[in-house]
Amino acid sequence: MYTGKMLESMKRVEATRKERLDQEIPLLSPEARQELLEGFHPDFKDDVFRKIKVGPSRGERAPKEFVDAFEAYSAIDPAKFDLSNVEVDVDVLVVGGGGAGAAAALVADEQGASVLLATKLRLGDSNTVMAQGGIQGADKANDSPAIHYLDVMGGGRYFNDPDLVEALVGDAPEVLSWLEKLGVMFDKTAEGTMVTTHGGGTSRKRMHAARDYTGAEIMKTLKDEVLNREIPVAEFAAVYELLTDGKKVTGAILYNMETEQYMVVRAKTVILATGGSGRLHVMGFPTSNHYGATADGLVLGYRAGAPLTYMDTIQYHPTGAAFPEQILGLLVTEKVRSIGGQITNFDGNRFIYELETRDVEAAALIRECLGRKKGITTPSGQPAVWLDSPIIDAKHGEGTIKARVPAMYRQYERFGIDMSKVPILIYPTQHYQNGGLKIDETGETKVKNLFAAGEVAGGIHGRNRLMGNSLLDVVVFGRRAGAAAAERANGMKKSGKLSLKHLDKFHKELKSARVGKGRIAPVLLPEYRRPETVDHRIDALD
Amino acid sequence: MAADKVTIHVMGKAYEVPSDLTIMKAMEYAGYQFIRGCGCRGAFCGACGTVYRTKDDYRLKVGLACQEMVQDEMYLAEIPFFPGNKATYDIEKLKPTSETILKHYPEVFRCLACNACTKACPQDIEVMEYVQAALRGDIAKAADLSFDCLLCGLCASRCPAEIVQYNVALLCRRLYSSKVAPRAEHLAKRVKETKRGKFDKEMAKLKKMKKPQLAKLYAEREIEPA
Ligand SMILES: Cc1cc2nc3c(=O)[nH]c(=O)nc-3n(C[C@H](O)[C@H](O)[C@H](O)COP(=O)(O)OP(=O)(O)OC[C@H]3O[C@@H](n4cnc5c(N)ncnc54)[C@H](O)[C@@H]3O)c2cc1C
Ligand code: SF4
Ligand code: SF4
Ligand code: FES
Repeated sequence: MYTGKMLESMKRVEATRKERLDQEIPLLSPEARQELLEGFHPDFKDDVFRKIKVGPSRGERAPKEFVDAFEAYSAIDPAKFDLSNVEVDVDVLVVGGGGAGAAAALVADEQGASVLLATKLRLGDSNTVMAQGGIQGADKANDSPAIHYLDVMGGGRYFNDPDLVEALVGDAPEVLSWLEKLGVMFDKTAEGTMVTTHGGGTSRKRMHAARDYTGAEIMKTLKDEVLNREIPVAEFAAVYELLTDGKKVTGAILYNMETEQYMVVRAKTVILATGGSGRLHVMGFPTSNHYGATADGLVLGYRAGAPLTYMDTIQYHPTGAAFPEQILGLLVTEKVRSIGGQITNFDGNRFIYELETRDVEAAALIRECLGRKKGITTPSGQPAVWLDSPIIDAKHGEGTIKARVPAMYRQYERFGIDMSKVPILIYPTQHYQNGGLKIDETGETKVKNLFAAGEVAGGIHGRNRLMGNSLLDVVVFGRRAGAAAAERANGMKKSGKLSLKHLDKFHKELKSARVGKGRIAPVLLPEYRRPETVDHRIDALD
Repeated sequence: MAADKVTIHVMGKAYEVPSDLTIMKAMEYAGYQFIRGCGCRGAFCGACGTVYRTKDDYRLKVGLACQEMVQDEMYLAEIPFFPGNKATYDIEKLKPTSETILKHYPEVFRCLACNACTKACPQDIEVMEYVQAALRGDIAKAADLSFDCLLCGLCASRCPAEIVQYNVALLCRRLYSSKVAPRAEHLAKRVKETKRGKFDKEMAKLKKMKKPQLAKLYAEREIEPA
C-alpha cells in the first residue's frame, strides 16, 4: 500500500522508535504557543476571511464559506408562501437528531411537553455517532469541576463565556450519571470505577470512554430511549426555515427530503440542534464530519435574528487520515495519542508534544510540512506526517491497539494497513465549529423561544474546544435547552402567529447590500457528484 | 495516478468508474446524490448497507458502501432501511435475564444457528455468538461481543428466523451497563457533592478572575502524570 518513498521514511521511524520510548518533550511555553498559532494556524490567515454584510452580527469576520451561507437567500419567497395549512402543532420542536437533539427531546418529553423531533437524515446520523475518543467529566477524587473549569478556559484561550463553562463542568457529573443509568457501556474496572485517561489540554485524567465508539454508544442509547418513549420523530425532514411572529420564534417549515414537500409546524418553542459545518469544506480542507454537517441551523437562526459568536475560529483536528485517499479527512482519534502514539516527521523525529491543545498541535503539523518541509507527500499531493502507532504496543504490550482503539484498527485494516505493526499518515482535518449561535446558560438564543444546543451553539469552548468537552456539551446543553423550552412552553397559554416577516426583512437587507439572487442557503446536502454529471441534468419531471 | 476504470451496475444500470473508489464515492462519481444510504461516510452509522454480487459468482455479498471498494462487474443495491422489529420497554424496570429477552424478542429462540448473520457482518462481529449468549441469558457476553455494532441491518437481512440481531444486542448492552456492571461509586459521590454545592465557592472565585490571573493559574496548574 505505501509507496517507496513512504517505506524509506518508515524505516527511519522504526529506527528511532526505541530511543523515543522514554523521550520526554515538554509542553510549549505560552509565548511559543502563540507564535506557532500566529504563524501556522488557519484561523490566523487573513485572506480566507470576510466580513459579514447583513444580519445581527454584521461586521464580524468569518471564513468565506460561512459568509457565503449567511449572505444567501432562502428558496422560499416570503410573499408567496402559504402558511395557512398548519399540519403539526407542538410545544417543543427539536431540530436535529444527534446527541443534543435526542437529549433535548428526552428531557422536554419528561417535563410533559409535546415534542416533535425533526431531523434531516435518520435519527442518529450525526457527528455524535462518530465521536470516538471520549467524554469529559470531573468525577475522580483528585479532580473537581473547578479544575475542569480552568482546563476549559485555558484551552479556549480565555474567550469562553464563564457562565456557560460553569454549566458545562458543573453538570458533567450529573450527565455522566444519567448516561450510566440509561445504560451507556462506559469502560470500567471490575469494581465499577470509570477508566479515565488524559486528552489534549487536560490536567487530570477525566476522559471517559466506551472503547473507541463513545459517541456511537451514547447515540445508540439515546436513540433507543427516544424510540422507547415513543416521542414522535420525523426523519428525512429538514427544517428549511423558521417561522416567527416578527420577533419571537413560533414554528418552522419542514422539508421532506424525499417527496420534496413542505410541511408547516407550529411550535411554542424551537430547539436548534443541527450540529456542525465540516461539509462546507472551509479553505478546501477535508473533513471528519458526517454528511449532513452543512451549517443549516446557523443560517436559519441567523436569519431569524440570533447573533453569532466566534465564527472566525474553526477546529482542525491534528490527526485526520491523509492516506489512503479513500479515508482522507476521517479521524484518527486523539486516543491514539493519549495512549502513547507519537508523531514524527519524515526523518522519524518527534517535533511536538503529542497532547498539546488541538490548535497548537495542528499548527505544529502544518509547520512541519509547509514551513520546515519535513513532511511526506502522498500520491494525491496531500502533505502528511507519521503517527507512530506501533510504539503503543511496544510500550503497553501487544494487543493494546486492538483492544483500546478497535474502530481505528479496523478502519486501516480494511485497506490492508495493520496499524499495530506500521505507522500511519496523518494531517489536520476540518473537525469542529468552535463558534455558533450565542446562547445563555438555558440554551436560549437572543431570539425569544429559540434555543440552540450542541455544536450549532457557540461560546462554551471559546476559541478552541478540548476533546471530550463536546460530547459533554451536547448532553449538558441538550438537557438544559430541553428543560427550559418545555418549561417555557408549559407556561404559555397560546401558540404564536406564524409569519415569514423576519425572512422578508432579511431578504431586503440582502438586496440593499447588493447580494446577488443566485446564492441559496441552507444547502442541506453537500454536492459530491462529478461536476459533469451535475451540469448535464435537466429537471424533466418538474 | 490516473486509476483504471471498472464497470459497476447500480441497481442493474452500468457505469464506468475509477477503480480506486469506494462504492459510495463511485455512485457519486456516476451522478447519484445520496439522500438515504449515506450518513457518517466512515463506518460509524450503518446507513449504507449494500448487497452485491460479482459476475460469474452466484453468491450474494454484503458490505458498507462507504468502506467497500468497487470491483469490476459488481452488481449492487443499497439497503438503507430495514423494517426490523423494535420492542419498546422501560429499561429501568427490566431484569438482565433470558426471560427479558424472551419477552421482548421471542423470535430469538427460533435461531437456527446457521451463522448467516456472522458472515454478513461488516464489523466482523460474532453475531450468532451474541444471539446465542442473549438467549442463554449471558447478557454480559452478548453486550461485549456486540459492542462494535453499527445497526446497519445486514445481519437481519440475511436471517432465516427473522431475528433483528442488532436490536437484541442494543437491549443487552443497555441491560448490562445499567444492571450488571457495578455502578461507579465515585461518580455517585461526586454528583452528591456537586448538588450540595461543595465546589460553588471555588467556582465563583474562578469565574470572577480576569484573564491574566486565570492564565497564571493555568500555566502553574499541576498535571497528573500520564
Ligand atoms: C469524527 C468525529 C469525532 C469526534 N470525537 C469527539 C470526541 O471524542 N469527544 C467529543 O467530546 N467530541 C467529539 N467530536 C465532536 C462531537 O461529536 C460533536 O461536536 C457533537 O457530537 C455534536 O453533536 P450535536 O448534537 O450538536 O450535532 P450532531 O450530532 O452532528 O447532530 C446534528 C443533527 O442535526 C441534523 N440536521 C442538520 N441540519 C438539519 C436541518 N436543516 N433540519 C433537521 N435536521 C438537521 C443532522 O442530520 C444531525 O442528525 C467528534 C466529532 C467528529 C465528527
Ligand atoms: S451486528 Fe448486524 S447490524 Fe450490527 S454491524 Fe453487524 S451486521 Fe450490522
Ligand atoms: S442468521 Fe438468524 S438464524 Fe442464523 S444464526 Fe444468525 S440469528 Fe440465528
Ligand atoms: S455511511 Fe455511515 S456506515 Fe457508511
